[in-house]
Amino acid sequence: MDKLVAQYSRPSHQNEFYSEQEQQDLSESTPPLSLKFNLPPVDNSSAFLRAMTDDHSNPSCPIKLAHGTTTLSFRFQGGIIVCTDSRATAGNWIASQTVKKVIPVSRLSRGEDKPTNEPTPGLLGTMAGGAADCQYWLRYLSQQCTLHEIRHKRRITVAAASKILANLTYAYKGYGLSMGTMLAGMTPQEGPALYYIDSDGTRLPGNLFCVGSGQTFAYGVLDAEYRYDLTEREALDLGRRAILAAMHRDAYSGGFINLYHVKEEGWVHHGFDDMNPIFWKTKLDHGEFSNVTSEL
Amino acid sequence: MTSLMDHPSRGETIGYSFSQPTAAPVKEHSFYPYTDNGGSTLGITGSDFAILAGDTRSTSGYNINSRMVPKVFKIGGDDETGEGAHILLSVVGFAADGNALKERLDTVVKMYKYQHGKSMSVGACAQRLSTILYQKRFFPYYVHAILAGLDEEGKGALYSYDPVGSYEREQCRAAGAASSLIMPFLDNQVNFKNQYIPGSGEGHALEPKKAEPLPQETVKQLVRDAFTSAVERHIEVGDHLQVMIITKDGVEEVYHPLKKD
Repeated sequence: MDKLVAQYSRPSHQNEFYSEQEQQDLSESTPPLSLKFNLPPVDNSSAFLRAMTDDHSNPSCPIKLAHGTTTLSFRFQGGIIVCTDSRATAGNWIASQTVKKVIPVSRLSRGEDKPTNEPTPGLLGTMAGGAADCQYWLRYLSQQCTLHEIRHKRRITVAAASKILANLTYAYKGYGLSMGTMLAGMTPQEGPALYYIDSDGTRLPGNLFCVGSGQTFAYGVLDAEYRYDLTEREALDLGRRAILAAMHRDAYSGGFINLYHVKEEGWVHHGFDDMNPIFWKTKLDHGEFSNVTSEL
Repeated sequence: MTSLMDHPSRGETIGYSFSQPTAAPVKEHSFYPYTDNGGSTLGITGSDFAILAGDTRSTSGYNINSRMVPKVFKIGGDDETGEGAHILLSVVGFAADGNALKERLDTVVKMYKYQHGKSMSVGACAQRLSTILYQKRFFPYYVHAILAGLDEEGKGALYSYDPVGSYEREQCRAAGAASSLIMPFLDNQVNFKNQYIPGSGEGHALEPKKAEPLPQETVKQLVRDAFTSAVERHIEVGDHLQVMIITKDGVEEVYHPLKKD
C-alpha cells in the first residue's frame, strides 16, 4: 500500500520550482525578437516604407497612417494621472475624433470586462505616434504581462513591463516604427511608477511626461501648476487643463479629453468628455483663454 | 577574346564619346507595387443590424477598368457564395491587396470554425484582422478595411482599420476616395454632430442633440443618399452601389444603380 501511495504522491515542494529545462524554455520563449514580419523585396526596406507612408517628408505619399497626439501623465501624492486627447490624423485629414489613447495592459487580474466604478488592477499605457504600432505592441506587452502573472503568481512590476517594451523597440530600431508611450502603474514593490518608452529604444523613469505633437503646450501648463502634494481633485483638473491647452494650440490634437487616475488598488476612469463645452466653461467661468472672444 | 568580352567597362577603357558608360552603378528602378483603384465604402450600425456598402467601380488613374468589381465580402461562409457568413468585410484602396486580405481573413475564420467547432465572434475576428494587417507593417497592404457583424448582445458592430492595423469600434465610417465627402455627412446625420435641440437655451446653453441608434430604413436611405451625392462630385465613384445588411436572420445583399459617367 505504501508503495502504491508513494507512486502517486510527491512532496508538494517538488512543484514549486522550474526544472533547468523548463527555465530554459521560459527564457527562450520570452520575448521572441526574431523578425516574423513581411518585408518588401528591396535592398533598403525602411526607405521604401518611408517613401510609402511618411506624410511628413512626402505629403503625397500613398499610404497615410493615423498619427498625432497629446498625451500626459504625472506622479503625485495620490497616485498617477494619465490624460490624453482623442484625435487621429492622416496628413491633414482628421481620421478619427474618438480614439482611445489610454490602453489597459495586463488583462488577467482585470476580471470582468464590464464597466464598473471600482478600480481595475493593472497597468496603463498611452499611445502617441503610429496608432497601429502602439495598439499592436501594447497588446503584445499585455500578453507578456499576463504570461508573467501566470508564471510567477504575482503581477509584473512597471519597471519590468517597461523594459520588455523598450527591449522590443530597441530590437526594431531603424525599421521605421513610431511610438512614444508612457507606462503607469502601482505595484506593492514600487509604489506609483511611471516610465517613458519610445521607438528609439529610450526608457526613462520619471515624475512627469508629456508626449506627442502637443507636448510643449501641455508642459507649459503642467510645469506652471504642478506640485507633488496636489490633492486628487486638483491633480485631475490639472491633467484636464493641460490637455485642453494642447488641444487649443496644436492642430493635430483635439476631440475628447480622456482622463484616468492610477491608485493603489488599480486605475479609475474619469471620463471621455467632449473638449468644446469644457473649453467654454474654462473660458467663461474662470476667465482663461482671454485671447478668444465669445462675441461674433 | 574572352577577356575582352568579359571586361565590364569596355566602353570606358576605349573611351568613345558616344559609348554609354556601361560601368555606371546599377540603378534600382523605383519599386512601386501599388495602384489606387478608387471607389468608396461606407458602414453604419443600428441596434440590431449593421450595413456595409460600397460602389463597384474600379479605376486606375483616369481609366475605368470595370464597372462591376464588388468591394464588400462575406467572411467565413460555408461555400463560395458566402452562404452562412456572419461577418462582412469591405476593402478599398488597392484591389489586389484587398483581395489577398479578404482571402486570408476568410481562411482564418473558416479554420477557427473547423478547429473550435463554433464560429468566431466579431470581436475576435476584429482583433485577428488587426494582427493580419500588422504582419505587413513594413510592406503594408494598401487598403482601408471596415469589418461589420453583430456582437454577443446582438447589437450591430462596426470596426474600421488603417492600412497597418490600428482599429476602433465605431457607429459609422466612410473609407476610400470619397471618404472626405461622405464622413462629414455621416457625422451630422448619424452622430448628430453640430445639431442642437431647438429652444433648449441661448448661445452656449444650447443642448446638443444626443446620438441614438437609427432604424434600418433610415440608415438604408442615408447610405443611398451618401453615395448618390458622392457620385456627383467624385470621378472615381459610380456605376453600382452594393449594399449588404447583416441581421440575426443573416446577410441580405442588394445592388442599386448609380450614374455611369
